Amino acid sequence: MEQASYIISQVINGLQLGAVYALIALGYTMVYGILRLINFAHGDIFMLGAFFAYFLISRFGTPIYLVFFATMAMCALAGYLMEKIAYKPLRNAPKISLLITAVGVSLFLEYFCSLKAIFTPDYIGFPRPFEVSAWNISLGGIDFSFTNVQVIIFAITFFTLALLYLLVYRTKQGTAMRAVSHDQEAAALMGINIDHTVSLTFMVGAALAGVGGILYGIAYPQINVFMGIMPGIKSFIAAVLGGIGIIHGAVIGGLIVGVSEVVVSAFLSSTYRDGVIFVILLIVLLVKPSGLFGKRIDKV
Amino acid sequence: MLEVERLEKSFGGVRAVDGFSFHVDKGETLGIIGPNGAGKTTVFNLITRFYTPDGGRMRFMGKSITHLPPYRLARLGIARTFQNLRLFKDLTVLENITSAHLTGHSYSPFAGIFRTRRHLRIEREARDNAMMLLDFLGLGGKEQAPAGSLPYGEQRRLEIARALAIRPRLLLIDEPGAGMNPREIQDLVATLREVKARFDLTIVMIEHQMGLVMNISDRILVMDFGEKIMEGTPSEVRKDRRVIEAYLGEEPV
Amino acid sequence: MRFFLDSRKLILLAAGIYIVLKLLFSSGIVSEYIQQITIYVFIVVLAATGLNVIYGYTGQFSLGHAAFYGIGAYTSAYLVKTLGLNSVFALPATLLAGGIMAGLIACIIGIPILRLRDDFLGIATLGFGILVRVFFDNSDRISETLGGSRGFTGIAKLTNLEITFVVTVFLLIVTRNIISSRYGLFWRCIKDDETASASIGIDTTRMKLMAFSYGCFLAGVAGALYAHLYTFLHPSNFDFLKSIDFLIIVILGGMGNIAGTIYAGLLWVGFIEGLRIALPSNILDLRWVFIPLLLIVLMMWRPYGLMSKKKGDG
Repeated sequence: MEQASYIISQVINGLQLGAVYALIALGYTMVYGILRLINFAHGDIFMLGAFFAYFLISRFGTPIYLVFFATMAMCALAGYLMEKIAYKPLRNAPKISLLITAVGVSLFLEYFCSLKAIFTPDYIGFPRPFEVSAWNISLGGIDFSFTNVQVIIFAITFFTLALLYLLVYRTKQGTAMRAVSHDQEAAALMGINIDHTVSLTFMVGAALAGVGGILYGIAYPQINVFMGIMPGIKSFIAAVLGGIGIIHGAVIGGLIVGVSEVVVSAFLSSTYRDGVIFVILLIVLLVKPSGLFGKRIDKV
Repeated sequence: MLEVERLEKSFGGVRAVDGFSFHVDKGETLGIIGPNGAGKTTVFNLITRFYTPDGGRMRFMGKSITHLPPYRLARLGIARTFQNLRLFKDLTVLENITSAHLTGHSYSPFAGIFRTRRHLRIEREARDNAMMLLDFLGLGGKEQAPAGSLPYGEQRRLEIARALAIRPRLLLIDEPGAGMNPREIQDLVATLREVKARFDLTIVMIEHQMGLVMNISDRILVMDFGEKIMEGTPSEVRKDRRVIEAYLGEEPV
Repeated sequence: MRFFLDSRKLILLAAGIYIVLKLLFSSGIVSEYIQQITIYVFIVVLAATGLNVIYGYTGQFSLGHAAFYGIGAYTSAYLVKTLGLNSVFALPATLLAGGIMAGLIACIIGIPILRLRDDFLGIATLGFGILVRVFFDNSDRISETLGGSRGFTGIAKLTNLEITFVVTVFLLIVTRNIISSRYGLFWRCIKDDETASASIGIDTTRMKLMAFSYGCFLAGVAGALYAHLYTFLHPSNFDFLKSIDFLIIVILGGMGNIAGTIYAGLLWVGFIEGLRIALPSNILDLRWVFIPLLLIVLMMWRPYGLMSKKKGDG
């Protein structure tokens, strides 16, 4: 029984981390779907989100609900500028130069923000806007606990996902996004403005990463300018796991990566947690190369 | 030479090829016709194993080839061309052909690194053979051009030259006349006849251009809905009611 | 020997470069640090050439090249340390061992992953890179010598200008000869059109595996040279960013262009290290702000590499 409660708490911890990954993975998957670009700088938008929130809370004492909206807006602006300045001029260049540019943008954001005059290269504590409290629950003889942090993370993630679904499946802009992702030329012929749609995709993806950044700060209250690198790579792996370009695939992929990472840390060793994700990725890609929810692409 | 028995293939529940059987004899030219979506190209992709058949058996020169990967089939002497042209666009015209020649004429990586006598001889033979093929197909003088820069008709001919460079016994040609005008088609018929005589080939051809296929084939096989609906000499096919209904009726010849 | 066919000019040029470098080194004009960087340029060029074989010539996207560089480095360093081979004369053997180990692991991992394409292969190799990094971080559980996350210390310094020079030039000529042989031709065919390649009888699986293993072999040898140049290895020397470093050099030099890789390697390492020397120490922090900006500008200016004037549309 003790073992069972331990497992359950670890899975809940994993889902908490996974929710953050899912929010980041969504931006990767949407941008990849529309431009076939692995936007390596996306992880840094997540970092920017955490830092924006940090400043809003600690310097200006902004109320938490405003912090969310303001951070999303600022991240969306960062995503918009990133696309317009760095990626748009390369729309017709080989895909690989675009990828290298994305790495360049990523490094630039990290090192630029690490300057003392901007943010700082050091770890700083993220000010939690509330005290952590835990509830103990007993279900069928199995005791486990969860915290208000987890409740908040799950609630906000769920709410954000619901908004995203409404946007993508219930609005004209969402239809345009899906059309461009399906077939860019056909979408252009149908009169869809490709540039606007690409910009919108970057902005939405960046806003989601921004939410991820705040939640990460609340859950693991240490932030740093390089904090986006590993979560970024893992979230991209999560997006590939779920089937790149597929929204619910990114969410499920993120949760899988989060849970396996935490469970492996708890039962084996935290030093193996990055390795296990690759093993899962490899197995999934070999069994189903287009990812868990991906559609099969036939050759010839 | 080639025997195909009860070949089957479905895509997502749709039977593209449904128990299709046929054979080709040595030295014969077989034409396969049928409306769009009848499963003709799928048959080629099954024979050359770019698709895995769901059922059926294939034999080539008495040997079972049902489970061989594409490159082994090429080395046994089955060459093909593609409906949408698949040249090595960034390679030169010459390299497109030498590469095909060199798959059948091997030397070890060490021979390549240290440039042994054998390596140099084989490379020279590949070049000579390629030049011969290029001249034969009227592409002489273009050997250093990137293949992708050739005009469409020449790309078609280059693809045939590349297929010939593996010294095939059986040549599968997928719509060689696509996108060509009647004049070019006439040239193509002449070229194909010459190629066949010179290289002692057996040919299976998928074609839409009735003029071309009737002109060149010894025997014609009509496909519809993944099945063979009839088989006979060009004159028999021309007269058959079912064929006229299924196919020829739509566009008078 | 025909091995050197068409390379007389190259050899002469190389010999000339060697003499100049040797004179500079022994005259004491250049500092120890610059000497080390010069040797490092050769090493980076060698490893990047390996990636060029894999990606530039064969079209297999790899984001995990540094892992194989690391495998070569750890293998050679481990052999030298445990067997006590502290002699320059044993170095060729351990370099070869480092290369073969990298090539062998590439072969094993390549069998399952090389059927993936493009970005999917990229992400799988990236994942493999992370796995290798995890392995290096935990390597002290296998053997204390490997040092785990504290790093591998006390490696004999055996790499010198001569051995680096001879090994790099030799392997570059080997690479050039393979590229111009049927194997290189098949690799380029596969990059252009894999289906058509199979239709003319190219065993695409085997050829891809061969290119991947050979490219990783070169990375392994380069890694081994690196280990005995800097005498200290840390898992973070072989992470994702290092793989990107090699990729940048290949792209800047132009895909499928060995000479380009040499120039780009020289420029890239020269620029990064040059900034370290040129910038006053109070703004040294800005180095990594300038480098990515330069990279972005270069990509916009020459998306097909520094040597190619081609622009746009691709």
